[in-house]
Amino acid sequence: MTTRIYVPMDSSAEAMGAKKTAAAIVAEAEKRGEKIELVRNGSRGLYWLEPMVEVETPEGRVAYGPVTAKDVAGLFDAGLTKGGKHALSLGLTEEIPYLKKQERLTFARVGIIDPFSIEDYTKHEGFEGLKKALKLAPADIVKEVTDSGLRGRGGAAFPTGIKWNTVLGAQADQKYIVCNADEGDSGTFSDRMLMEGDPMCLIEGMTIAGLAVGATKGYIYCREEYPHSIRNLNKAIEICVKAGYLGKNILGSGKDFDLIVREGAGAYICGEETSLLESVEGNRGLVRFKPPLPALQGLFGKPTVINNVMSLGSVPIILARGGEFYKNYGMGRSRGTLPFQLTGNLKHGGLVEKAFGLTLRELLYDFGGGSASGRPIRAVQVGGPLGAYVPESQFDIPLDYEEYAKVGAMVGHGGLVVFDDTVDLAQMSRYAMEFCAIESCGKCTPCRIGSTRGVETIDKIIAGKERGKNIALLNSLCDTMLNGSLCALGGMAPYPVVSALKHFPEDFGIDKTAAA
Amino acid sequence: MTTTPTLSDQQKKSLDDILARLKDEPGPLFPILHAIQDELGWVPEETVPAIAKALNRSRAEIHGVITFYHHFRTHPVGKHMVQVCRAEACQSMGSVALECHVKESLGIDYHGTTADGQISLEAVYCLGNCALSPSIRVNDDIVGRVSKERFDEVIAELRSAQ
Repeated sequence: MTTRIYVPMDSSAEAMGAKKTAAAIVAEAEKRGEKIELVRNGSRGLYWLEPMVEVETPEGRVAYGPVTAKDVAGLFDAGLTKGGKHALSLGLTEEIPYLKKQERLTFARVGIIDPFSIEDYTKHEGFEGLKKALKLAPADIVKEVTDSGLRGRGGAAFPTGIKWNTVLGAQADQKYIVCNADEGDSGTFSDRMLMEGDPMCLIEGMTIAGLAVGATKGYIYCREEYPHSIRNLNKAIEICVKAGYLGKNILGSGKDFDLIVREGAGAYICGEETSLLESVEGNRGLVRFKPPLPALQGLFGKPTVINNVMSLGSVPIILARGGEFYKNYGMGRSRGTLPFQLTGNLKHGGLVEKAFGLTLRELLYDFGGGSASGRPIRAVQVGGPLGAYVPESQFDIPLDYEEYAKVGAMVGHGGLVVFDDTVDLAQMSRYAMEFCAIESCGKCTPCRIGSTRGVETIDKIIAGKERGKNIALLNSLCDTMLNGSLCALGGMAPYPVVSALKHFPEDFGIDKTAAA
Repeated sequence: MTTTPTLSDQQKKSLDDILARLKDEPGPLFPILHAIQDELGWVPEETVPAIAKALNRSRAEIHGVITFYHHFRTHPVGKHMVQVCRAEACQSMGSVALECHVKESLGIDYHGTTADGQISLEAVYCLGNCALSPSIRVNDDIVGRVSKERFDEVIAELRSAQ
C-alpha cells in the first residue's frame, strides 16, 4: 500500500530544512522498499515545529516535528509510514491544541491540500464560491460580500463590499481587479502562506471579484522578496486556466477573467495602493493624490478594485457559505476572522486564525507559549512597522479595530512582533523613523524630511542633549507627520514613536511623570 | 565609480529579444527590467537608451524608475546574493548582533561584494519568515533562526559549492 507523506514547501518550512527532509524521506523509502507518495503541501502555520512531517493513516493525519534530514532514518525505524511512535511524534495533527483551538476559514485548506491539485482543492470546498457567484447577478455577489462585514485585511479595514459597489457602479470599457500582495510589513506572513499553500483560493477570490464588478482582467502585484509565492501563483494560474476555472469562458459561463502576476522590486511604499498602481504601470512608486479614488480611476485610469490577499482570499468562503455565516464570527464592527501572525520573540510563533475579539494575552501565552528567550514580554508591536508598541497594561483589550483605535493603536493586518525586556524602545523608535526615511517615496515633505529629522531628534534625546526640548520637538514633528502626510507611511510612522514615548518613557531617559 | 563595461554582442541580442517580446505588454517596464536583470545579472546603464526608444519614453524616466527601486541594480554583483533582514521581528531575536557578525566575517558592508567576487551583501526589510527570526536570504532561499554559527556554515557551503 502506498502511504501519503506530507512535507511542506512553504518558505519558512524550507528555511528550516524542509527540502532536505523531503529528499531524505524519498531516499530512505526507496532504500527500504516502502511505497510512499510525497506531497509538498503548504504549512499548517505551527512554525516552531517546522519542518513538520505528516503521514496519512486510517485514523487521520499524524504529525512529527521538527524533522530534520538526519532524523529520517530513525523515523522509518519507528514505523513512520504507519504513524508509529517516536520522540518527535505530535499525535494526530488535528488534535494539536494550537491548531484545534483555531477558527480557520480563510486558511481552511492551507497545509492540508496539495497546492497544485484541483482535485484536492475541490474536495475541500474549492470553487464552490465561484460556482455560486456564476449563478448570481453582479449586484448580488457584491451584496453577499457587503453582508459578510468583511473589511480590508491589509490594515486599513475599509469595508470591501462598499469598495466593490463603487467599481460595480462605474461605467468603463475595461475594469481591473488588483491584488496587493506586497506584504512588506515585519511580523506578517499570512499572504505568503496562502499564496504558497493555497494559491487557488486567491485565484478564486479574484475571479469572483471580477464577476462581481464586471472586470475581465486581474493583476497580482507580489513582492520580489517572495519568489516562491510568485512561482506557485504562476503554476496554479496555468493549472486553473487548463481546467477551465480561469481565462476564457469560465466553466462554460461565457464570462472571462485573465490573471497576471507582476513582480515588485523591493519598495515598501508599493504596498500603498496608489503607489502599487504606479508600479504596475511601470513608473516610480510615487503615491497619488486621492481623489480620484482607484475605484473610479485606478490602474491605467480605469475603475479598479484593489484588495489585499487576505481580503480576496476570504471571498470564496463568504460566497460558498454566505455572508451571514461569515458575519457570525467576530465582535462589534469587526466581523469574521483574522489570521493573527505570532512573530518575534515567542516560543511558539505561527499563524492563528481566530474571530476578532480575543486578546493579546491569549495569543501571547495560550498560543505563543510566552517569550522564546524565557524573559518577560515587555512590548508587542501590533499591525506592522507603522503600528503602536502595546505595553502589558493593554494586553487584555479585545482585538477589534475600534477598541484598538481608542487607545491609539491598530489591529491592522494582525501581525504581532513580540519583544522581551531587553528591548530598547528608544532605539526601536529611531528605527521606525529610519525605516520611513529609507522607504519614503519622497512626494510629500512631512514624510520625506520629517522622517530624517525624526532620526536626528531621537539621537539627540538618546544622547541626553536638551532632552525636554527635543521630546517636545519630537511630539510636534510626529503631529505634523500624522496630519500632514499624503499616505499611511508618513502618516503612521509616528505611531510606534508616540506609543513608545507614552508607555516606555524611561527608555528615553525620562521618568513616567514627565512624559504625561 | 565603477566603469560601465560595454555590452557584449550576446548581451545586446538578449536585450533586443527581451524588448521585442515584452514591449507591447500593458505597463511593460517592470517585466522588461526584471527580464534584463535576470538575464544579465544587473541593469547596465547602456540598456537605458534602448529601453526608452522601445517604449517611447524619455531616458530620464527609465533611469528614474531603475533608481527608485532597491531591487534593480546598476552595477554587477557577486555570484551569490546574501540579504540580512533588518526589520523588527528579526531585531527582537538579535539581528543587530547578527548584522555585525555578517559584516565582520565577510569583511564588507551593505552594497559590497567580497574580494573573491563570490558574495554580495544587502539589507532587506522583511522576508516573511518572522516566526523563525532572525532570517537571511541566500539567492532565492530563506534561512531561519540564523545564529552566527549557522551563518558561517551557510557561507562555507556557498563557497564550497562553486
